[in-house]
Amino acid sequence: MSVAAITPDYVGERRDRLENFHGNQIVYVGWDRHLMFCSPVAFALPPETPFSKLQDEVIPGAFSQHPDFAEIDWSAVVWHLNGAPFLPSRDKSLIEQGVDHKSIIRMATPGLNGIKGSGS
Amino acid sequence: MSNRKINMKEKYRLLTRDLDWEYSYRDYKEVFPQQEFEGIKITDWSKWEDPFRLTMDAYWKYQAEKEKKLYAILDAFSQNNSQLNVTDARYVNAIKLFLTGISPGEHQAAMGFGQVGRQLGGVGARVACQMQAIDELRHVQTQIHAMSHYNKFFDGFQDFSHMHDRVWYLSVSKSFFDDARTAGPFEYMVAIGFSFEYVLTNLLFVPFMSGAAYNGDMATVTFGFSAQSDEARHMTLGLEIIKFLLEQHPDNLPIVQRWINKWFWRGTRMLSLVAMMMDYMLPNKVMSWQEAWEVYFEEAGGSLFKDLARYGIEMPDYAQTAIAEKEHISHQVWSMFYNYGHATAFHTWMPTEKEMDWLSEKYPNTFDKYYRPRFEKWREMEAAGERFYNPTLPMLCQTCQIPMGFTDMEDPTSIFYRQSEYDGERYNFCSDGCKDIFDHEPEKYVQAWLPVHQIYQGNCGGPSMEDVLGNYYKINLGVDNMDFHGSPDEERWNIWHNLQPAEDKLKQAS
Ligand SMILES: [Fe+2]
Ligand SMILES: [Fe+2]
Ligand SMILES: [Zn+2]
Repeated sequence: MSVAAITPDYVGERRDRLENFHGNQIVYVGWDRHLMFCSPVAFALPPETPFSKLQDEVIPGAFSQHPDFAEIDWSAVVWHLNGAPFLPSRDKSLIEQGVDHKSIIRMATPGLNGIKGSGS
Repeated sequence: MSNRKINMKEKYRLLTRDLDWEYSYRDYKEVFPQQEFEGIKITDWSKWEDPFRLTMDAYWKYQAEKEKKLYAILDAFSQNNSQLNVTDARYVNAIKLFLTGISPGEHQAAMGFGQVGRQLGGVGARVACQMQAIDELRHVQTQIHAMSHYNKFFDGFQDFSHMHDRVWYLSVSKSFFDDARTAGPFEYMVAIGFSFEYVLTNLLFVPFMSGAAYNGDMATVTFGFSAQSDEARHMTLGLEIIKFLLEQHPDNLPIVQRWINKWFWRGTRMLSLVAMMMDYMLPNKVMSWQEAWEVYFEEAGGSLFKDLARYGIEMPDYAQTAIAEKEHISHQVWSMFYNYGHATAFHTWMPTEKEMDWLSEKYPNTFDKYYRPRFEKWREMEAAGERFYNPTLPMLCQTCQIPMGFTDMEDPTSIFYRQSEYDGERYNFCSDGCKDIFDHEPEKYVQAWLPVHQIYQGNCGGPSMEDVLGNYYKINLGVDNMDFHGSPDEERWNIWHNLQPAEDKLKQAS
């Protein structure tokens, strides 16, 4: 039983199906230990978006207000995709490397731990 | 014909139990079609003990007297321009949150009890639900009346009912009640009657009503008093439903326990909005959220669950997580609202130095270590003319619909991430509690109307922030939203009280 319902075999509408996003998919990005951004953020992007575009254009638009952002050594960033270690390749698209609809990308920036090291 | 006067006991019987009748030409199951699908077993409705010995005629009389007093005080409040007597204009934002976030919930509760009152097979329970439905309707009405006076002088009140169905943070309370009302009648009773009214209600009303008293808001205080005797009745009903279900059949225990787990967790998530109100929005503080939590949940709730142990009921799952979070959630949720203060129908601000010291004192383990540096940075940015707003929409939890801003209590600077895959799609959660709720009934929560996803699907007025916030939400941009400093609310307040904004004073001094 996947829901207690008065109708037998009740099926709910999947409200966030990929098709509902007009060619985009949802991708979440969180920057570890930088809680000045209170939560991970959500983008709607074409699945074919190259990772380089995410890194060079989309992520800076979200996080560049943080003083640590300019200090990031991008070669040292540790990435996670849906909880598992992830080595993105810049030239491949999101979908080619498994970043599918409603996936979570986390980036950790070793040595950068937010305002006065507080995780903010 | 004898004109005998009936005694109270007889009158009570006639006006409650005697309202029922035998169904002679319809099957009982046809009359009460929702009574079985949740798996609850009722063997004998006559064992229901009416939690309050009140008949409808006495109820009307009693409530009418309360109304009369309430409206007399509200009239006096407005005639005396008592809005000028609140501590400062920041306080009014707490009641904006109340009117937009809580009052529509009262209306939802009214509809829920009305519906459930039709579906329960026992007449005693039906009469009790009827009274509570009317109480809840009275609550939403009196709240609207109490706050309508503020609407004449402050921004952000005008479209509360329109906003309730649309605005991102109001979806937290809307989805909470939608969830309860779309459940079966017994789950609704455990959700709203017991978990909310009994276990958590003090954590809602004490912060708002004492907050009002401490901040000179007699209108809201008076409403609170007028609702108090209703709440006492609601609590007795909540407790009776639990006892009744558990005494009816041993098979009910695991179902009831799961509902308590679920609704405790949903309730604490929703109350995190009250936590931030208490610690950040009241210029005169009552007590900290942590203190309120300790008194009303850890002590009062603790002894309640000790009492219920004889029925086999245990402390809700994740009570320990909620207890650990008491030192964090108000700061985390205020951070969320500060991040998205451009998208709220009330104002946000950074605490003053004195207020920060109060927070340090009340939260010695967490405030200075995790939150003060962030807030000082934001204050610096504001002073430099770059008040921080988060430019990107937040990721939301599929169940509670709050931005994913809660952290791991084992590692408080890391966001807590949980994910499920269901029928080929990913779903994301802020906590194990929210994930468990989804995993048990995914066909329900796949339907969640998540405001951020709805915006990206193009269902909220258009692609730009003006479309969404201005046209679709009906926030008056630059008036209802943004920081308190520089707001029309602040400006008017300063004129009424001949106050100078802090910046002007600095300019004159230099
Ligand atoms: Fe109420
Ligand atoms: Fe109530
Ligand atoms: Zn959640």
